[in-house]
Amino acid sequence: MIWTGVLIAICLVGAYGYYRQLTKGLVVTNMRDYVSWGIYISNFVFFVAISLVGSLITAILRLANVRWSTPLTRIAEIIAVSAIVFASIIIIVDMGRPERFVNLFVYGRLQSPIIWDVVVIGTYFFISCFLLYFPLLPDLKILIANKNKQPKWMSWMYRFMGSFWKGTVSQFKMSHKAITILCIMIIPVAFAIHTVTSWLFATTYRPGWDSTNFGAYFISGAFLVGAGGVVVAMYVFRKFYRLEKYITEMHFEKMGRVVVLLALLYLYFNINEYLIPAFKMKKPEEAHLTNLFAGEFAPVFWFAILVGMIFPIFILLFKKGRKPLPMFIVGCMVVVGAWFKRYLIVTPTLLHPFLPMDNAPENFKHYFPSWEEWAIAMGSLAGALLVITFFARIFPIVPIHETIEEDETKS
Amino acid sequence: MDKQTSRREFLAAGLLAGLAVGCSDKNPFAPGDDTVKASGEKVKLLSVDGEIIEVDKAFLKPVPDMPQVTNAQERLGIAGKSFVMVIDLSRCKNLRKCQSACNHMHNVHPGQNWIKVHQMKDADHTAPYWQPSTCMHCDSPPCVKVCPVDATFKRQDGIVLIDNNRCIGCRFCMAACPYSTRVFNWEEPAEEDKSLAEKPHDSCESSLPQKKGTVGKCDFCPDMTRMGMLPHCVSACPNGVFMFGDMNEDSVTNGSETFRFSELVKDKAGYRLMEDLGTNPRVYYLPPVSRNFPFENGLENDNDKNAKY
Repeated sequence: MIWTGVLIAICLVGAYGYYRQLTKGLVVTNMRDYVSWGIYISNFVFFVAISLVGSLITAILRLANVRWSTPLTRIAEIIAVSAIVFASIIIIVDMGRPERFVNLFVYGRLQSPIIWDVVVIGTYFFISCFLLYFPLLPDLKILIANKNKQPKWMSWMYRFMGSFWKGTVSQFKMSHKAITILCIMIIPVAFAIHTVTSWLFATTYRPGWDSTNFGAYFISGAFLVGAGGVVVAMYVFRKFYRLEKYITEMHFEKMGRVVVLLALLYLYFNINEYLIPAFKMKKPEEAHLTNLFAGEFAPVFWFAILVGMIFPIFILLFKKGRKPLPMFIVGCMVVVGAWFKRYLIVTPTLLHPFLPMDNAPENFKHYFPSWEEWAIAMGSLAGALLVITFFARIFPIVPIHETIEEDETKS
Repeated sequence: MDKQTSRREFLAAGLLAGLAVGCSDKNPFAPGDDTVKASGEKVKLLSVDGEIIEVDKAFLKPVPDMPQVTNAQERLGIAGKSFVMVIDLSRCKNLRKCQSACNHMHNVHPGQNWIKVHQMKDADHTAPYWQPSTCMHCDSPPCVKVCPVDATFKRQDGIVLIDNNRCIGCRFCMAACPYSTRVFNWEEPAEEDKSLAEKPHDSCESSLPQKKGTVGKCDFCPDMTRMGMLPHCVSACPNGVFMFGDMNEDSVTNGSETFRFSELVKDKAGYRLMEDLGTNPRVYYLPPVSRNFPFENGLENDNDKNAKY
């Protein structure tokens, strides 16, 4: 209850910040002509990144016939859905004229990477929703059967959503088929959402963005932060819903191995992304890179690299590091590190344009988010958590039917 | 549309007096509505066929001297033109008259500038110089490529414009432009000066009125060129730094001197900024050699540090 209250309060502060932004304009942010994209955009990238986990846990592991991940699929999928919803919301918040959103459909130019993003994010949202909904149907039947244990509105909603599901053989066959098709479909779409998001940067000339490494770099980072997010959620749900029987130490052990693999992969792409340009030190890159390595952004940069990648790798290499509590801490480190990493991808580049920053007021040449920006960004994060929280209150967070099925095949 | 063209032809052909008639489709002199009564006072006019005709004065109505151009025409541009600019760095001493004229005529928000005069120094041992930079009006414009809604577009006369009635304010164009030429209306624009009242409004060509939440930038003043006049920066510069013209005519002028564009760029070794990016700018620079002023003369105008927002 306190948790929900705090989240709602943060959301309300964010909503007030957005109200101020709507009436006064984007001037309430600290973005200006040079840093024209700030934490709204880095938050957007963060959301898109974390939502990729839905495809990793549900689709990739499922198709690879990895069965231990079954109890985690719903956690992953609800993280994916709520993150992608808030990615779309935060991108509208960033627009100077949100009321002209419809122009994207009326005048949309297929040549623009933004339209690609609109198309693939829309597709990903629907596939993720179906992947959340279809495996829920057999569970709804179980919930409807236990109707005297719930308030009236809940059983009414379960019936509304799933009363057509009778659990016949043909229905199961159909549902299995649909889920398999969706699992195959979601993988290229998931790669597309984050690759296209990386292209919003990589299609420009700016030092730090002008990179052919960007697509793979973003995807690997996205899988890492998503897996970290799932670990955190696993720990929290396990503790508060007493799910020790279903989310076992084995799950943490296995997820630890997944996270360490992904962290190593992301580290590899980071080396490509930073050390190779640093070897050459082309003039426009030089200002940008020295600023990251040893300048204004160095503390955040090294924090993101060490806390987001290096420390987790070391912790998880040890068996003791893959126990639930250390895993939870590592998950938090990965997620927080990843959030700051996104900030570093967006902002420092914009402070190093090709032509010098002349004839502009002093505050155009620096960037630190205003309170409205913080409020809105934190509000969106709180909103995403709120969606996950409410979902977990209303629906079983561990798929009942699939887990039973899993146990049966095992024994 | 039809009405507009007929009025335009009529204007071009006959109305030397600067007056036009509130016209209907066929006969422009037939009174459009019956409420206007003939006053009996006749005015002599030259007809389209070159004949002198007499029209009752009551039927004449004054109209602005140029018909408003439609959005579709603005997006198309002026046929047969290929606008180009040459900036002679040897003449610039950072007076920033270009900047203030431009800011004033486009109601640019205080603190922001469409034209920036950069203090450049390419390497440790090379000479510093002043470099005014406008929008480059690239022939392969990165900003136009990324715009999701066709709010910024390339015209047949070479100009890159913004339709601030369509812009959604995503600022992708600002990230894409390597010349940092674009500015954003972060807040409600300042009130317009009265002197701008005669400029066309709700027009991409005058960029007026400025609109909150949309992107703006140097537009090569197509509202002026349509009238056969020079962009504001060109006429404001007392040192003749900016030369503007038409590539098809192969001539550029700063108002007092006119040059053959191809010869000027050839003789003075003209170049374009960031040629390696492949953006194909329409703005050419003449190198800062045999300068009219020493570099230091410009320093006193460099009041960046006092600028407030």
